[in-house]
Amino acid sequence: MSRFILAFACFFKLLFTGKLPAAAAARLPEAKKPEAKALPEPKKEPEPEKKKPVEVKPIVKPSGDLAANHRDGALALLALLQREGRLVDFLRESLDSYQDADIGVAVRDIHRGCKKVIEEHFVLEAVMPGEEDTRVKVPAGFDPGEVRLIGKISGEPPFTGTLRHHGWRVTEVKLPTLTEGVDRRVLAPAEVEIASA
Amino acid sequence: MSTSTHVVGIDLGTTNSAIAAVEVAGGEKAAIEHVAIPQVVAPGEVDARPTLPSFLLLPTALEVPPEAMMLPWSGGAQPGYVVGEMARERGSELPDRLVSSAKSWLSFGGVDRTAAILPWRGAEGDDEDEGEETGARVSPLEASARYLAHLRATWDEAHPDAPLGEQEVLLTVPASFDAVARELTVTAARQAGLEKLTLLEEPQAAFYSFLARAGDSWRKQLRPGDVVVVIDVGGGTCDFSLIAVSEQDGNLSLERVAVGDHILLGGDNMDLTLAHAVTQKLAADGQKLKSSQYRGLVHACRRAKETLLGAKPPKSATITVLGGGSKIIGGTVKSKIEREEVEKLLVDGFAPVVAQDASPRVQRALGLRELGLPYATDPAVTRHLAAFLARHGRRPTAILFNGGVMKGALLRKRIAEVVASWYGGEEVRVLEGTDLDLAVAHGAAYYGLVRHGRGIRIRGGTARSYYIGVESAMPAIPGFAPPVKALCVAPFGMEEGTRVEVPGQELGLLVGEPTEFRFFASSSRKKDRPGQVVDPDEEELQELAPVLADLPAGERPEAAGQLVPVTLASHVTEIGTLELWSSASDGRGRWKLEYSLREGGGE
Repeated sequence: MSRFILAFACFFKLLFTGKLPAAAAARLPEAKKPEAKALPEPKKEPEPEKKKPVEVKPIVKPSGDLAANHRDGALALLALLQREGRLVDFLRESLDSYQDADIGVAVRDIHRGCKKVIEEHFVLEAVMPGEEDTRVKVPAGFDPGEVRLIGKISGEPPFTGTLRHHGWRVTEVKLPTLTEGVDRRVLAPAEVEIASA
Repeated sequence: MSTSTHVVGIDLGTTNSAIAAVEVAGGEKAAIEHVAIPQVVAPGEVDARPTLPSFLLLPTALEVPPEAMMLPWSGGAQPGYVVGEMARERGSELPDRLVSSAKSWLSFGGVDRTAAILPWRGAEGDDEDEGEETGARVSPLEASARYLAHLRATWDEAHPDAPLGEQEVLLTVPASFDAVARELTVTAARQAGLEKLTLLEEPQAAFYSFLARAGDSWRKQLRPGDVVVVIDVGGGTCDFSLIAVSEQDGNLSLERVAVGDHILLGGDNMDLTLAHAVTQKLAADGQKLKSSQYRGLVHACRRAKETLLGAKPPKSATITVLGGGSKIIGGTVKSKIEREEVEKLLVDGFAPVVAQDASPRVQRALGLRELGLPYATDPAVTRHLAAFLARHGRRPTAILFNGGVMKGALLRKRIAEVVASWYGGEEVRVLEGTDLDLAVAHGAAYYGLVRHGRGIRIRGGTARSYYIGVESAMPAIPGFAPPVKALCVAPFGMEEGTRVEVPGQELGLLVGEPTEFRFFASSSRKKDRPGQVVDPDEEELQELAPVLADLPAGERPEAAGQLVPVTLASHVTEIGTLELWSSASDGRGRWKLEYSLREGGGE
């Protein structure tokens, strides 16, 4: 399994349950632990064994801890964007029959809602602060994961170039705690209004 | 271990509750911090919010699945109810299951406040014959206890080494809460496991927040002779207090000299007023709102209100409500609201320009009225304020605003102008620097530090004088109840931790069977001393829930069913509640009188 997926799974599992997945805990190198500390709710020590039997709910296909938690985390974020910003409704609606102005009116509301989700749950910063389309210096020892070089590159850093996109980095994640027993696949329940007699 | 490491201020609000805390060891410079409150925000989703909406939802399992309301720290227990954001949001779709304004019910003597009457369903809801499924209900006391228990649980989760039950807690109540409502608040807090408790009046807490933020500069902002009127308009209630600044031995001293009556009038009305106006506009344009869009409309109106009443308002704001179904663009409803409209509706509606001698309009009560909370019939804050100032005859020289409603800069400006106009147009200073939403919790925590000997303390004591109804001894006349005199048992401004004996004649107390005494209070009769006799029909006297004496015959079985001569004493506890005691004149027995919570004259 790639390190990326492992890290991603740990990330969601820790955020939503405060515990490391059993499979991941065994494989995770000790040196990775400090990363968990930076998370908002570094609850007690991981206790994967104890919780394991409870984790597989009837509604969850027994697909292993990693996949299930990864999936629940993704679904929860999608549900948030739908609840606050109606994002799923919007993306699933065909725009063909509407005028741009009508779409514009609705988008302001959708934008406000989705923006609220992003702002309340993630702290974002530019990877490379600075005005776009100005000259910047890429120092020696830079991380190619953080700075993507475009064009013909020769020689050794430092390089000088034009900043095309300042990039985004999440410095803090404040996602809600998910409690057990709720089917996360229901992003939004059906609504039925019962007329009072 | 039971020493407090923190001082915690809790604002148990009518619509929102907040917590602020400070570490005692941090000394004077310690920062008072707001404590975010984790709560269920959506089914199975728990997130922290700055405040806890004071709403309790009691759904059936068909309305909200029990597992959707679980809390991470409850160990898998399913309480069957939920408080906070999800209760408020989901509850707006299930109004018959939603408990709101529990605090207003707590101070309303017209019902039994310990009986399971909420959610209030009006008179017909009580009719069992209709065969309507009634669902779970709780008492106003229980609802308040559940909000506090939630706050305690979230605190304990975050501070496992310093549980809230061991911390010094300052719990705020409206200044207008009478002795009975204060007692009930303390009972709710005890039920929620808060042990080290002191009550503090909300307008005073807001003032402490001002003092904390102003630091030493408050001595420059206020001078001897200043009188500050605190105008606290929250989501559901409106509360006034007067704080006088004087000089004693060369130091400034502060005294709370008057409090207003309990007025059920608040900011939630404003959003509804605006929503109503927009609905009419939409109808005129031929646009129709689905009922599923109404909540979106109220939210949009609140945003428009905040923009248009803000410091630099634009000329108009757009109100957009997305479609209620999954087709959101197709169902979007759009309208526009002008600044002038909002000013007319809200500023003129809630803070009209009125004369100094204005008094709130009282709508003629119909002969038969549905029993419910006694909402103010006049929405004009300025008229209630005029009546309050007239009753206490003090001229305010400065204003301190508090409460979410007062975030509207135009409203603050209008009220300040109206008050100035009452006193020859001379400008009335507005004290700035408090956070209108969170000042009460913040100020309460600061007051906790003040009690440790740091900073200045506002003197206050009881906000009312209290009286007990005593039947006159006179020959019985058929068809006439013997006249009742009101005997002052606790004077205005009686300080915490003091007790007074009521001088005067001995009273006969029936022993061995329950007796009820009528109980009165006045917020304006400040000169009455203990033992003074007043006519209970006096307009300044308000009747509260009666006090009960069920005095066991105990050591004097021979006296059962007979009158025993007693004297009365009152005691204002350190917590801030009022206790009434009677002692047998011959020294054989001493009994505490209890507040009856069933029904009263209150209203």
